[in-house]
Amino acid sequence: MTLDITDLKVTIGGKEILRGVDLTLTAGRVHGLAGESGSGKTMTGLAVLGLLPHGSRTAGSIRLDGRELLTLPPKELNKVRGGEVAMVFQDPATSLHPMLTIGRQLTEHMRHHLGLGRAEAKARAVELLGKVRIPGPEEAYGRFPHQFSGGMRQRIAIAVALACSPKVLIADEPTTALDVTVQAGVLRLLRGLCDELGLAVLLVTHDLGVMSAVADEVSVMKDGLVVESGPRGRVLREPAHPYTRALLDSLPDAELDPAESGTPKSGTPESGTAKSGTAKSGTAKSGTARSGTARSGTARSETANSGAAEPDAEAR
Amino acid sequence: MSLLTIDDLVVEHRSPGRPVVRAVAGASLAVAAGEVVGLVGESGCGKSTLARAVCGLNPVTGGSVAFDGQPVTPLGLRRRKLTGIQMVFQDPYASLNPRRRVGDQIADGLRTAGDTTTAPADLLERVGLPRDFAGRHPHEFSGGQRQRIAIARALAARPRLLIGDEPISALDASAQSQVAKLMRDLAVESGAGLLFISHDLSVVRLIADRIAVMYLGRIVEVGRTAEVWAEPRHPYTKALLGAIPKPDGMGVLPAELPGDVPDPANPPAGCRFHPRCPLVMDVCREKEPDFGPVACWLHEPK
Repeated sequence: MTLDITDLKVTIGGKEILRGVDLTLTAGRVHGLAGESGSGKTMTGLAVLGLLPHGSRTAGSIRLDGRELLTLPPKELNKVRGGEVAMVFQDPATSLHPMLTIGRQLTEHMRHHLGLGRAEAKARAVELLGKVRIPGPEEAYGRFPHQFSGGMRQRIAIAVALACSPKVLIADEPTTALDVTVQAGVLRLLRGLCDELGLAVLLVTHDLGVMSAVADEVSVMKDGLVVESGPRGRVLREPAHPYTRALLDSLPDAELDPAESGTPKSGTPESGTAKSGTAKSGTAKSGTARSGTARSGTARSETANSGAAEPDAEAR
Repeated sequence: MSLLTIDDLVVEHRSPGRPVVRAVAGASLAVAAGEVVGLVGESGCGKSTLARAVCGLNPVTGGSVAFDGQPVTPLGLRRRKLTGIQMVFQDPYASLNPRRRVGDQIADGLRTAGDTTTAPADLLERVGLPRDFAGRHPHEFSGGQRQRIAIARALAARPRLLIGDEPISALDASAQSQVAKLMRDLAVESGAGLLFISHDLSVVRLIADRIAVMYLGRIVEVGRTAEVWAEPRHPYTKALLGAIPKPDGMGVLPAELPGDVPDPANPPAGCRFHPRCPLVMDVCREKEPDFGPVACWLHEPK
C-alpha cells in the first residue's frame, strides 16, 4: 500500500466538494478515477499534493507509506511534492513554462530534491527524455516547449513528473488534450512506466475507454463520493451501481449495447481472465492490441443518442 | 447540385522568414443541403484552415470554393452579400463580445438576415436556454452555455450552411455530445447543411451523415459514417479508428500509429501518409494518389 486516502472530505467556501472519499493506490498498479465533471475527481488529486484552492478545508486522512500528508507542515510537504508524489496535468501547453528550456524544467526540481550537480542532473534528464521516447534527447534538452508537438510535450511533462523517481504519480486527464493517435502512445508509455518502475498511478479521466485500456482498478465518483470501486473487468463489464451503468450506457460505443440489453452474462468468461491477468500482463496486452480490425459494430447511433448525456436521471 | 462544393482547394500560409506552409493541399469536398458532414483528422492537418477558407476568412491560393454555384469571395471590410454561411468557432470565450449583452449579439445575426419578426429570446429558447438570458453578458455563462449562445447567433442569420470549427473541444466532457447533437438537430431542422470539424471521432460518429478524413492537407477518405466506421479502407482511417480505446474492461491498449505528423511545410514525396503507413508499397513513395473516395493506391478506382 503506497497511498491511502480514507474518508477524505474537502469543503470550499462552505460547499462540500468531497464527502468522504476512500481510495488505495498500490505500487505498480494504475488506479482509474472516473466520473463526470464536477464530481470531485480533480480535487481528490489536488488534495494529495496539498494544491487545493485557498480557503478550502480538509478532513480525513491521506497517508503516504504511513505518513499523514494532510497535516504535514508546508516545508515537509514541499519535499513530498514533486519528490515522492508527482503530477501530470491535462494541458501540456500550459503546464510547461514557455520561456524555459525543457532541460531547465527537467533539472530544476531534480537539483533541489535530490541535490544533484548540474552535470549529473543533465545526464539524468537526457536519460529520462530517452525513456519517454523523445527522439534526439541530447538536442531536445536545450529546446523550448513550443518546438515540440502536443504529444511530445505531454511526454516531456511526464518526464518532468518522473524526474525525482516518485512513488506516486497523479495524472489528471493526461490525454484529454491530445489526438487519439497520440493518446495511444501516451497511454502505452504510462502503462509501461508503471510496470517498469513500480509507480502507483492515479489516473483521473472522464474517458471510460482510456480507463479500460490502462487502469487495473477503477473507482467511479459522483457528487464527491466514490460510488463504485473494483477491478477494471468487473466495474466496466458488470457494473453494480446504477450510476456506473448509466455512464457506460451514455457512451456512443455500440459494442456495449448487446451486453447491456440482451445477454448480460455473455461477457463473463472473458472478464474472468481479464481480472486475473491484471498487473503483470503489460507485455501480453501490447501483443493483443491490434483492436482496429475487431471493430465490427456499426453505428448504432439512435440507441446511443437516446441514452446519452443524462446519467443523473437514471441514477436517482 | 450540392450546397457547398470545394474543388481541389489549396491554401498556403505565408509568413516572413519561414517557408510557405501549404496547410490545405488540394482538398475536394461537397456538402449538400440538410446533410451533416464530419471532417476529422489529427491536429495540424489543416481542418480549421479549410473551414476558414470556406467562410472566406483565409485567402485561397488555388482551387475553388463554391456556395450555391457562386464562388466564395474573401471577407473584407465591406458589407457582404453572402450571409448563407455562418460559423461557430472553437472557443466561445473568445468568439463572443464580452462587453455586449448576448441578446444584442444575437440580434446582429437577425438583422443580417433581415428578420424583424423573431426576437433574440426565441433563438435562446431554441438552443435550450431560458428567454430572460438575453439581457445578460457572456461572462455570466458557463462554457457550454456560451457555445449555445454562439450557435444561436449563427442560426439567427438564417444560414444555409453552418460550419462548426471544433465547436466542442473547448467544452467540458459532459457538455460535448449535448452541444454537438444540438448543432446537428438545429441545422437539419432548418434544412441547412452542416460541416462539423472535430478531432473527436466518437462525437463525429454520433452526428455526421458522412465522414471525411483529412491528413496533412488532403482528404484521404470520404464515405457514409456507418460504412467508414464499420469498414475503414484507408490505412490512416484504420489507424485513427484503431487508436480509440474501447470501454470493454479488457485492458487492451489501443494500437499506436508510429511517428508524428510530418511538417506541412515539407511534406513527404509521394503519398503523404507513406512514412507512417504499415502497408507502404513502392508506388506510394513515388506518386501521390489523387483520386477519391479513398486516396490510397490499394484502393485505386479501376
